[in-house]
Amino acid sequence: MAETIDRAVFEDLKSTAGAEFVKDLIDTFLVEAPVMMEDMRSALAAGDAERFRRAAHSLKSNSNTFGAANLAAMAKEIELGGLAPVRAASGVPLDALEVEYTRVAKALMELKRA
Amino acid sequence: MREGSHGGARLLVVDDNKVNRLLLSRNLELMGHRAVAAENGRIALEMLRREAFDLLLLDIEMPEMDGFQVLEQLAKDLQLRDLPVIVTSSLEGIDNVVRCIELGAEDYLTKPVNPGLLKARVGASLEKKRLRDQQKELVRRFATPEVAQDLQQSGFSLGGKRVQGTVMFSDIRDFTPLVESQPPEETIELLNTYYTLMFNAISGHGGIVSHMAADGLMAVFGAPLPLPDHCDAAVRTALEMIEMIELFNVEQKTAGRPQIRIGIGIASGEMVAGYTGTNERATYTCIGDTVNIASRLEAHTKEAKRAILIDAATREGLHTPVEVEALGPVTIRGKVQPVEVFAVNHAKKG
Repeated sequence: MAETIDRAVFEDLKSTAGAEFVKDLIDTFLVEAPVMMEDMRSALAAGDAERFRRAAHSLKSNSNTFGAANLAAMAKEIELGGLAPVRAASGVPLDALEVEYTRVAKALMELKRA
Repeated sequence: MREGSHGGARLLVVDDNKVNRLLLSRNLELMGHRAVAAENGRIALEMLRREAFDLLLLDIEMPEMDGFQVLEQLAKDLQLRDLPVIVTSSLEGIDNVVRCIELGAEDYLTKPVNPGLLKARVGASLEKKRLRDQQKELVRRFATPEVAQDLQQSGFSLGGKRVQGTVMFSDIRDFTPLVESQPPEETIELLNTYYTLMFNAISGHGGIVSHMAADGLMAVFGAPLPLPDHCDAAVRTALEMIEMIELFNVEQKTAGRPQIRIGIGIASGEMVAGYTGTNERATYTCIGDTVNIASRLEAHTKEAKRAILIDAATREGLHTPVEVEALGPVTIRGKVQPVEVFAVNHAKKG
């Protein structure tokens, strides 16, 4: 497993977009990401494969932005695999995703304070 | 640096994801542009039809109306079809990139977007838009006031008129293996450079690019405004294009990137020029036997192993001293009678 947040990617983001802006961007992500994961849960329940895949795609995209490599890789796998394998595994991949997200959220909060 | 684009360019960022929207807008603002954001394709189209933008940065995966649908709508819209679009997406799969380009996107950037790359691509797209605007201005300047007015109002006049002119077709040889041999970003960059060079050569000699498709283009000399020496203009353009490609290849070689070769077919005679299409979509073009011959000659450059092929009418219309070699009659598709084909020789560098 790689580190939760790839520091090189994160520092890059900070230096190009500005430290203060990145703090706001983290806040936005911490509001939006749980919505995406909820969206995946509800899409899974409703059998809406398209919405499910789109939410995973969105989460992958944002995870890459902050250098959350593990979270991005997990979201990508879900995006590419689609709804069926996750349903077959009774949603376990989503549990794992949420655990990793909790780590990412904690790490980002710490980086924000640093 | 272009005036107006520096601090003046107004860009629309379309992305359903808030983090992406904020970050892209931020990067563009740091470059000195003004960014406005929309959260899906439907909203973006509404804004585009209401306000003027210089460039569109478009996400693909979006609810309500996705990026592919936006590209389709833009192509159908006479007012918006020339708006440059850079797709920014984290979609998986090369086929999606290809589809975007086929639908008319100018460029494709993978998210998360590298700010340096973004700056370069946005700059290149704005520059291309400027060239296109210049070309439109050229048409406006050369067309009769009636045609210019008609062009502004409906974009086309029904029915064409018969003109004497020269048609040129040009494309990149072995484009498909080239595309497969390098990352799509490099191919797009190569195409951008190629088009910029070709556009400059063509408009510099009074020609109009009437059609572009992937790696090929069609240019017309002698319409909408008559051009007295259209044969000379086309052949001189062709020679300049070859020269530009040779210079470009030197750069490519130095940078360790693939070199390209082009084939050019030129034919002269009568053709029907005008705006063709429907009320929803029209394009200024020329049709007729002359156009068909030019297209076939361009295809024949592969077999003839020559860069520039011209027909007898173009050969006869030449006033400038150019080294021309008769290749004899050639049977080309769509023609019962063989066509006399001539190769224009260009002086090699060095």
